[in-house]
Amino acid sequence: MRRRARPIEPFLWLLFSAGGVLAALFLPVVVLLFGVVYPLGGIGPPTYPGLHALAAHALTRVVIFIVCVLSLIHWAHRFRFTVLHGLQIGRLGRLVSVFCYGGALVGSLAALVVLVRI
Amino acid sequence: MTATRARAYRQAVPRLWWLRRRSYLLFMLRELSCVFVAWAVLFLLLLLKAVGNGHVDYQRFLDWAAKPWVIAVNVLALAFLVFHSVTWFNLAPKAMVVRVPKQMLALAPKAIVRRLPEGRVPGWLIVAQNYVAWVFVAAIVAGLVMRSGS
Amino acid sequence: MADTITLLVTRYRPDTEAEPTVAEYEVPLRKDWAVLDGLNHVKDQLDGTLSYRWSCRMGICGSCGMTVNGEPRLSCATFLTEFAPGPVRVEPLANFPIVRDLVVDIDDFLRKLPTVKPWIVRHVDWVEDGEYLQTPDEQSAYQQYSMCINCMLCYSACPVYGVDPDFLGPAAIALAQRYNLDSRDHGAADRLDVLVHPEGVWGCTFVGECTRACPKGVDPAGAIQRYKLTAAMRSVRALLLPWGAR
Repeated sequence: MRRRARPIEPFLWLLFSAGGVLAALFLPVVVLLFGVVYPLGGIGPPTYPGLHALAAHALTRVVIFIVCVLSLIHWAHRFRFTVLHGLQIGRLGRLVSVFCYGGALVGSLAALVVLVRI
Repeated sequence: MTATRARAYRQAVPRLWWLRRRSYLLFMLRELSCVFVAWAVLFLLLLLKAVGNGHVDYQRFLDWAAKPWVIAVNVLALAFLVFHSVTWFNLAPKAMVVRVPKQMLALAPKAIVRRLPEGRVPGWLIVAQNYVAWVFVAAIVAGLVMRSGS
Repeated sequence: MADTITLLVTRYRPDTEAEPTVAEYEVPLRKDWAVLDGLNHVKDQLDGTLSYRWSCRMGICGSCGMTVNGEPRLSCATFLTEFAPGPVRVEPLANFPIVRDLVVDIDDFLRKLPTVKPWIVRHVDWVEDGEYLQTPDEQSAYQQYSMCINCMLCYSACPVYGVDPDFLGPAAIALAQRYNLDSRDHGAADRLDVLVHPEGVWGCTFVGECTRACPKGVDPAGAIQRYKLTAAMRSVRALLLPWGAR
């Protein structure tokens, strides 16, 4: 058990933790409004011009980008260990890491494209 | 000695070990909340993509989000996201030990200092701060979104 | 209250059996009897071949850990009346190889423990200056972790250790913290390499079962998360200030 320490783990954990905080603070209200309240028709959804103006604001886009990237890293890190331990496939560790962190990277790039094009 | 050791019986971990105990299952559900974190990000990006494409696409997104299966997924996602928030906020003081600076301890009234175990901010206060921050962020986001539409 | 209770005890005789079996014993159910007293009754009166570890029978030696009705417990501190009318399942600690009956092979833990140097490391040591003094505040910083009795219930409760036996594990990390947080100790840097290894603190997913299983009120799960934060901040500092050697 004396392989050299992988210096990347502490940074992954910090990003995972930061993502955990942002996901806990921001995501429930987003899903509550656009996924549950508006579709169920209790309150009417925001009109297009208003929402567009809000989404196009530079500050909104920066905040959403940070929330998206860190939340995706949070997913990647947690999902990696859940799969490794839950399915007991430690020998596939590298493959699982590539899938998880690779997925987070692809998702982050998609977020960048979407936010730039608003 | 070696002969005995060679015959030691290895207790295998059951494949579905996380179904064996309530606490393991709750742990597994907590960890699986990350799947719904990813879903929430995807859902948010789909919304923003539609907003970027114009009002026709925005209406199409609203119609899609109103499909029963999408609502069902989002209700489930909301439950898991709230579970994530609650577990995350409650466990935060385990990792964070916040010490009150010595100078502040000297200034604070004795009655308060006596209540701080080893000059630390008590765990419940950190948890309470998390919930205050949660309500604050949710109110701001909901306020901005609702105000933008009227 | 019935005057007897049934124990379902795991037996494993490596010379004659390929895998463990379960034996049933009827023992007196007395208010002041722990599971260990039941086992002693079996060994003295019913079957002298039953093997298990015990020593102090007062929750301090840490040798009588077993799985009682599915939970890792000290058999000397777990009373039979808790399970009346029974039966009570008594199994060896999970996650460890079974040597015989209720005796498990603890070599893995004994190999890992010294790698975190669970003793006070001094880089300057002047014995003639007398004792190393410590204030009550400094003592309370680590006192909780010093309660560990190496009973290994936390390893038995930890699914990460079960799935990945290379994981350093709860007690070893909590004991590393016990010395890291001691004002008299200079060894934190020496312990760093083992702790920040991928099989060290980073393998832990904060299940929290170790803390629930601990019979002495130690919080290994908290110790591990705290150390993750310490190690991570250290890595950030090393990245931002590469010349500031540790």
